Amino acid sequence: MSNKTEHGASKPGNNKPSNRVFVTEAGEHIHGVMAEFETPSAVYHACEMVRDAGYRKWDCHTPFPIHGMEDAMGIKRTRLPLIVAAGGFTGAGLGFLMQYWMSGVDYQIVVQGKPFAAWEPFVPITFELGILFSAFSAIIGMLAINGLPRWHHPLFKKTRFLRSSQDRFFIAIEACDGKFDPDQTRALLERAGAQSIELVEE
Amino acid sequence: MSSFSPDELNARRLAGLEPGPRKRPAPGTGDGSLIDDPAVRAPLVLNNRSFKEVTDIICGYTENKPPQWWLPVFALVASVAGLGGLFINYLVITGIGTWGLNNQVNWAWDITNFVFWIGIGHAGTLISAILCLLKQKWRTAVNRAAEAMTIFAVICAATFPGIHIGRQWMAWFMFPIPNANNIWPNFRSPLLWDVFAVGTYGIVSLLFWYMGMIPDLATLRDRADQRLRLGAGGPVLLPFIPIRVDRIRAFVYGMLSVGWRFSSRHWHRYEAAYLILAGISTPLVLSVHSIVSFDFATSVVPGWHTTIFPPYFVAGAIFGGFAMVLMLLIPARELYPNMKDFITLRHIENMAKIILATGMIVGFAYSMEFFIAWYSGNQYELYAFKNRATGPYWWAYWTMISCNVISPQVFWFKFCRRSPLVVFIVSFFVTIGMWFERFVIIVTSLHRTFLPGDWGMFHPTPVDIGIFVASCGVFLTLFLLFLRFLPVFAMAELKAVMPAASPHGHGNGHGDGHGDGHGGGGAGDGRDGHGHTSQGGH
Repeated sequence: MSNKTEHGASKPGNNKPSNRVFVTEAGEHIHGVMAEFETPSAVYHACEMVRDAGYRKWDCHTPFPIHGMEDAMGIKRTRLPLIVAAGGFTGAGLGFLMQYWMSGVDYQIVVQGKPFAAWEPFVPITFELGILFSAFSAIIGMLAINGLPRWHHPLFKKTRFLRSSQDRFFIAIEACDGKFDPDQTRALLERAGAQSIELVEE
Repeated sequence: MSSFSPDELNARRLAGLEPGPRKRPAPGTGDGSLIDDPAVRAPLVLNNRSFKEVTDIICGYTENKPPQWWLPVFALVASVAGLGGLFINYLVITGIGTWGLNNQVNWAWDITNFVFWIGIGHAGTLISAILCLLKQKWRTAVNRAAEAMTIFAVICAATFPGIHIGRQWMAWFMFPIPNANNIWPNFRSPLLWDVFAVGTYGIVSLLFWYMGMIPDLATLRDRADQRLRLGAGGPVLLPFIPIRVDRIRAFVYGMLSVGWRFSSRHWHRYEAAYLILAGISTPLVLSVHSIVSFDFATSVVPGWHTTIFPPYFVAGAIFGGFAMVLMLLIPARELYPNMKDFITLRHIENMAKIILATGMIVGFAYSMEFFIAWYSGNQYELYAFKNRATGPYWWAYWTMISCNVISPQVFWFKFCRRSPLVVFIVSFFVTIGMWFERFVIIVTSLHRTFLPGDWGMFHPTPVDIGIFVASCGVFLTLFLLFLRFLPVFAMAELKAVMPAASPHGHGNGHGDGHGDGHGGGGAGDGRDGHGHTSQGGH
């Protein structure tokens, strides 16, 4: 086990989250560094540089999803579709069982001589409940994987950062990243063409 | 400035860092969006707007004072909606005999209104789901309003089945809730399928609408927060309540936007969720009106018992829904400043084309119904259709035909599709026609069934009329509130389809003669965002 970890750590670009703590001169814990960019292409190419420098605990904040950003940041495909599929089949299964049990088992009522537990009339509601559960799984699953709702975040303390929802593009590298170093990380972002770079306190 | 390449200069201008020239649209392109050359991509946002301007304009609709007409119109439609409450109270207290229903015609305006409203909603889901899967980028300017319209239409629709049951306080019997009688709803009835279909449709539409709004609500939150931090004195709630409106905005929009911070990792999953929701909403929207049509098709009533109903109802729903979208958005783009930059003439033309296409499908269905009535050799079926066209309700039938089949034919002509006034008038006719379609299907089929003893007529009462008019009031009230308090356009999506959003820096050929060169490169590359040579060549 330890052998494997050592081997992993020695690979370039692989880094563990660190327990190091960075503190500002005023004594506040540092959350990370935030850099501002003015155009989508600037932030896109900067993301490629940060990715190639081997950072892991970092993010890019843009007013809209930028096409191809997954590649530029090295984001892996989300497993959300599996969650939705599980939710959808659960909903459809429960929907069918509910109808089968209520109509065919618990209280059989003769209506127009129709069979009590034929599957055909159960199709529409089975389908609808499958869709309903898929939709809930999609939105709740998306929020859950994203760690939302989360109404407080250190970045929100930066007034400048609020423009990420309008017309500016940001890269934020967290101090808990093993490769984080206040000077080197800042230098990297400067090389990447950042317009302004700020420390973000916890 | 000389240090920037022309491409970069363009990117900076579109990002709002450099002032951009406001060019007049080329002649023959209307507002600049009506480019017939298929090699040239028409601009989706006019006037070279930057991200900042787009944000300012769209957030301005909720942040600035409403236009002068807003409050009086709101008061009017809200009063009409309120009158509906009185009518419904009267109906519940007195009974559904206050409607014009009788033993012969036992479904009339109630179910007509239900099908009418539920159909209207379908355009919203078509725009948000099906056009999303088809990568129709123009949908980004209209999807938010259309989705809002869907939800408001479903609210209006759901009211009618709820109040048309004789004992409204037993409406919960429609749901599988254990009750004192120990019996369950009849799952073999299409009426119960309908409860689940409409319920699912309403909830999924609401989720889709809400999820799409999360980033835009976060933008409104951040702007309010920004103003509070900068200390700019904003308006207070009321003169005697010294709470800054921005504080309420930051709180309410903040709660609703669940702390969205525009992270690219979040966007990745958000886009996946969006695509999945679009994917599941597509079969959903097709199923909903199919199931509504089962209410009729699984019966044995002549005129109802036909297999063409599901596709015919779905096409009719999309047809009527687009007419309603246009009836709302054409006045809105006249009344709100700068909305014409987002809802261009091309958007209107595209929707007019959809109306023409679905109108032709509906016209085909009308003729096929007649053909099958004759070809089946079933005398009751043939009588039902002859009676529709020539019986006591001939006027309703021919109103339907003129509005739904004849009036959209003007859209074969380009100048009609491109004139907001003509499109508005045709949409108005189509809306009337689609209401009459449901009236014709329901009432003319019921008023002449198998035995002459079952024959009768339907006459609406003031309660019928009042509740229908009030449902229009509820719909407009909700829509006006939407225009006032929520992001009317999907800002994030709209920005993402602007040429400046391309991360590869040359998604634009605006006005600087670079259009042609990039057009070639874009074609070879084949990726989105290239070759946006919208206004390039002129």
